[in-house]
Amino acid sequence: MYKYDQYDQQMVDTRVEEFRDQVRRRLSGELTEDQFRPLRLQNGLYLQLHAYMLRVAVPYGTLNSAQMRMLGDIADKYDRGYGHFTTRQNIQYNWIKLEDTPQILADLASVEMHAIQTSGNCIRNISSDQYAGAAADEIIDPRPYAELLRQWSSFHPEFLTLPRKFKIAVIASETDRAAMKLHDIGIKMVRNPNPENGAGEIGAQFYVGGGMGRTPMIAPMIREFVPLDQLITYSEACLRVYNRYGRRDNKYKARIKILVHELGKEEYTRQVEEEFQHLMGQGIEPPIAELERITGYFVDPAFETGLSDELDLSDPDFRLWVERNTQAHKQAGYVIATVSLKPVGGIPGDATGEQIRLMADLAKDYSFDELRVTHAQNIVFPHVKKADLYALWQKLEDAALGTPNLDTIGDIIACPGLDYCSLANARSIPIAQKISERFVTKQEEIGEMKLKISGCINACGHHHAGHIGILGVDRKGKENYQLLLGGSEGADTSLGQITGPGFDEDGIVEAVDKATQVYLSQREDGERFLDTYRRIGMAPFKEALYG
Amino acid sequence: MKILTGNDLKSGAVIWWTGEGWSLHVDDAVDVGDQGPALIGREEAAQNVFAAYVIDGVKTDEGVRPAHIKDRIRALGPTVRPDLTLKPADPEALNWVI
Amino acid sequence: MTEVQFRFRDDEPVADPAVTVDAFGDQTNATAVRIEPGDDARALLPHLERLRLIEVNFPVWTDGRGYSSARVLREAGFGGEIRAVGDVVIDMLGHLRRCGFDAFAPAHPLNDADAQAAFNRWQDVYQATGVDGRAPIWAKRHAG
Repeated sequence: MYKYDQYDQQMVDTRVEEFRDQVRRRLSGELTEDQFRPLRLQNGLYLQLHAYMLRVAVPYGTLNSAQMRMLGDIADKYDRGYGHFTTRQNIQYNWIKLEDTPQILADLASVEMHAIQTSGNCIRNISSDQYAGAAADEIIDPRPYAELLRQWSSFHPEFLTLPRKFKIAVIASETDRAAMKLHDIGIKMVRNPNPENGAGEIGAQFYVGGGMGRTPMIAPMIREFVPLDQLITYSEACLRVYNRYGRRDNKYKARIKILVHELGKEEYTRQVEEEFQHLMGQGIEPPIAELERITGYFVDPAFETGLSDELDLSDPDFRLWVERNTQAHKQAGYVIATVSLKPVGGIPGDATGEQIRLMADLAKDYSFDELRVTHAQNIVFPHVKKADLYALWQKLEDAALGTPNLDTIGDIIACPGLDYCSLANARSIPIAQKISERFVTKQEEIGEMKLKISGCINACGHHHAGHIGILGVDRKGKENYQLLLGGSEGADTSLGQITGPGFDEDGIVEAVDKATQVYLSQREDGERFLDTYRRIGMAPFKEALYG
Repeated sequence: MKILTGNDLKSGAVIWWTGEGWSLHVDDAVDVGDQGPALIGREEAAQNVFAAYVIDGVKTDEGVRPAHIKDRIRALGPTVRPDLTLKPADPEALNWVI
Repeated sequence: MTEVQFRFRDDEPVADPAVTVDAFGDQTNATAVRIEPGDDARALLPHLERLRLIEVNFPVWTDGRGYSSARVLREAGFGGEIRAVGDVVIDMLGHLRRCGFDAFAPAHPLNDADAQAAFNRWQDVYQATGVDGRAPIWAKRHAG
């Protein structure tokens, strides 16, 4: 994975000093809260329901064991002993003090981490495929391109006061594991579909104008192929058109998806291409040598060869975990292993300082010192030798990290909701806990299920992209929950459809039960919940729910 | 009653106007009537609080109960982590919120 | 006219008042114009030779359209003064400079020491803006 050189280190160190000075000026009264707020947001520091919340960046979801260990130490030293992994591959701490934050940022900088631009109207953490560099189906590792874009977007002087936040995802496989089309810019690395000769060279396919929130939209493709040596210039053109013409009159209409929608894909594309042609003459593109330098950090670890693919699955608990939580690796004898942070009845995505440090140690011992954070709020060990898998699993089990529920009804994605978030209308975590407990015995029967809960329309739980989605609303001062069906974040991206009137806290759990019953009674060979829904439509579900 | 609340600048803690100062406990909150905006102006300028605002609440036998569930969660702590709330040993605390 | 608190030019400051973009079209002897966030800076491209000063207004510093305006004007070859006016804040001074601003007339005067610290904060920069004369980090990494 990427390692800072002196320049990268100096940038994060400078940022720490800049923020230290901003905090000084805030505490002395030189800066009002209105002046300070955008500055602290661009260092990831929110004012949340109970306290300041700090969002630390995990660039494209990749970190090493030293970094993971630091995240665990921060949880214990500066917070209340735990952290929360988010749907954008970051980690959040809920009980941070402003006066501690400069030191926290300095601690993070000492392990090449930061909280730069994890909030605010700027380009945010660039997310990617949690199986990058390990998956058998990627055409190339997407992370070097994400790193190139991370540096380009960090402190970009023209794009620090955008109309609104800006989220970019980069993938490199047909299977979309990063919900790429639901981002402001989604980039898929592809082979040139119109090569002049031979197999096409690698380049970037651009999708612009996706997003969730109040007005979910799937990003249209606006450029089929951008050569690697135009990647930054093209990105800059997309951002400049947005900075100049994105709406600034209404916070809820300020994302680029609204601009693309209101201009129309063709006109937005025309403006980008015009700006791009102009910028091509400005010399702002890094040389290919820079991309090659970065790519050098993402070569395969020293895999052993000639390893056996055999696994002793005689232990039924181990077998279940292997079947649920592991994926095929590109290298024979290896496997991708996911640690579920969704224990039955637990808080999705939370981990204690101790658990975080344990995962750091396990990564060092079993996964070439590397971990990933997924946007489903789980942790991945990307490169585990099959011969080591049983030992790893036993250690995870001992720490309550061995829940075998990846991509099942137990693997719930939930935003922090009204328990933590001042934007929320309803609590999401108790709903997740109830569903988790209620359906644990039906998990295998139901099979693949992506159930996502948001506590408000801002959709941080990605409920629009859930096979089953739940949206918490405020109905006359009381918490109420709407049910959506048929969303998908993969390459077959679709937005969930609302079933009808909402339910109370107990009613929504019953509603999920009824919906899964319809599926179980109607499914045909091998159909997942999503497939059955797409085949039979909403009517049978509405009938069961509202009768 | 109208209650004034905000956050402590350095620590971020949720605080409530007691009539004389700021308390961590909503039961210490007083009715500010229509003095909210004036108090906010004065107390924020003195940096005793920030992000202050006025909410509705009722006086009960036990103390003060904010009218909206969001403010009650804010007053107590996350319902899913009773151990991290202001009343970790109180079995009735969750009922009070909901 | 608000005082120009910081200026990075050797020539004489323009004393003429800056006219609006609309008025500029009629006043053929105006040498100073003021752009609002909603103005298209490229509308000035045909007139750059007769301009000595372009003010870019920031009614609120969080409306960042002025950054694009300044950069666009520099990219078009404008060599005169580009002055940031309005809600100019310390923490954006370095970024304004990198987009081509060389004069700053904040509506409320800024603490001089804090401003100098802000101008000098970043020893290196990740991106080439093409208009600030600074070699970005990628150029230093692959120099020579």
